[in-house]
Amino acid sequence: MQDRPTTLELLAAVRDFVIRDVVPTLDGRRQFHARVAANVLAIVERELRDGDAQLREEWTRLRTLGAVAADRDGGPHDVDDDVPPADPATLRAAVVALNADLAARIRAGDADHGSFRAAVLHHLRATTDDKLRIANPGYLAEASR
Amino acid sequence: MTRAPDVLPQHLGPRNERPAVDSGRGRGPLERARRSVQSFLDYSRGDSYAGAVTAAELSERLASYLTRATGGAVAIAGLRQLPGGASRETWAFEATLAGEPQPRRLVLRRDPGPTSVDSDRAHEFQILRAARAAGVPVPEVYWLGDDPEALGARFFIMEYVAGETLARRLLRDAEYQHARGVMTAQLGAILARIHALDTTVQGLDFLAAPRTGRGAAQTEVERYEQLYRGLAPEPHPVIELALRWLETHLPAPGRETLVHGDFRIGNVLFDADGVHAILDWELAHRGDPLEDLGWMCVKAWRFGGPLPVGGVGERDELFAAYEQAGGGAVDPAAVHFWELFGNMKWAVICIAQARTFLDGGVASLELASLGRRTAEVEHELMRLID
Repeated sequence: MQDRPTTLELLAAVRDFVIRDVVPTLDGRRQFHARVAANVLAIVERELRDGDAQLREEWTRLRTLGAVAADRDGGPHDVDDDVPPADPATLRAAVVALNADLAARIRAGDADHGSFRAAVLHHLRATTDDKLRIANPGYLAEASR
Repeated sequence: MTRAPDVLPQHLGPRNERPAVDSGRGRGPLERARRSVQSFLDYSRGDSYAGAVTAAELSERLASYLTRATGGAVAIAGLRQLPGGASRETWAFEATLAGEPQPRRLVLRRDPGPTSVDSDRAHEFQILRAARAAGVPVPEVYWLGDDPEALGARFFIMEYVAGETLARRLLRDAEYQHARGVMTAQLGAILARIHALDTTVQGLDFLAAPRTGRGAAQTEVERYEQLYRGLAPEPHPVIELALRWLETHLPAPGRETLVHGDFRIGNVLFDADGVHAILDWELAHRGDPLEDLGWMCVKAWRFGGPLPVGGVGERDELFAAYEQAGGGAVDPAAVHFWELFGNMKWAVICIAQARTFLDGGVASLELASLGRRTAEVEHELMRLID
């Protein structure tokens, strides 16, 4: 186990340094890039904090959507005791695969209307909100006003 | 040096037919999309490409070019590079022509490096000349440098027009309060004039047109769908949903006119009185005139402003001014289609920019961070899709 400060605490320290000590010494394009760098660090901090939980929720929603689609198609489905993969890389790969399935269904017209469309819209709104909670929470706050 | 290399995958290039909006320039649609985004990124302005000439050298070559072009001695002063994106260089300077007491303030637009005969600059020169003849406020163009030997790249020289282009200033600075009030109506009237321009009479036959058998809307949707499928490193169900929506809500083909192609607040030169000039005609093509109205309403161009038209105006006001200036009846549902299309296009451009970073072509933090801006555009798409 590593000693304190934690990863998040270290990142926050670097971000503070960039904003307080670096940005004021630069101008023009380099100052802008220093601000972008600080903003990217803030994204990384939020993702480290909330990214895994969001990904598990997205996985669960996508599995439920898959079940809705399978139900409609009359296919087998059994997601009651489903749990998301514990390993983060496996989880990410699983979500990418589920998103590819969803994309294919949308492209085929499966989500053109009806209850599956409603479920897809609901899922994608939750997903885009979550993405913004990490990428740009200020934008989300403004858009929800 | 942040000029994005053309990383367009081979399979995205011309297949059985030429890409509709490639206009025979030998460049892929991705490069065109990139140029669009580069001119959006105000902070990327001022870049130059590797091997750029020095101001002193350029000054000397400009003087000898203008001396030949005007047939009298020309003195150049104050040459300086202006912010201008990665797809071309823009320089301001003063030239004193033989027999003229006052120096002229001029602008040089130069291709970024040697190019083929069918130059972007030659097309831009012709479009600007035609637009001005049609009463559209644009800088007056003077000399087209046909000989790449003269300045090391294709170029043209035009009038210097003073003004501001930073949207954030327009939205927030007190000195632009009047401009904020009048701009929407001005933009509507200007668009009507742009769309009335007869491209066949004006010799603009090089402009890309909708594919045969398809309408303008379908052509544009297919173009960005192709880009998306070729470039996105991961699936995007929201973009898929947007593409499906667009394909199932194509507006009935209407008029086919000149389309500016990048008509948004960042390409408007303004002062305290409002619009002074319309800039950046590089994405001009033939298509549905309502495409320009929809693009102007895309959320990214509001820069946090509360109103849909560039943050400063209402849609109704834009449409009314457009109709009153002879632009033809505006179907708000069709403009909604183009606004949704514009958001999809902007999302694909964000993905394309991030892809450039991921492919290792450009080690740029701003390109990398654009990948995460896709989330904003997807959120807006979900708001627009019913």
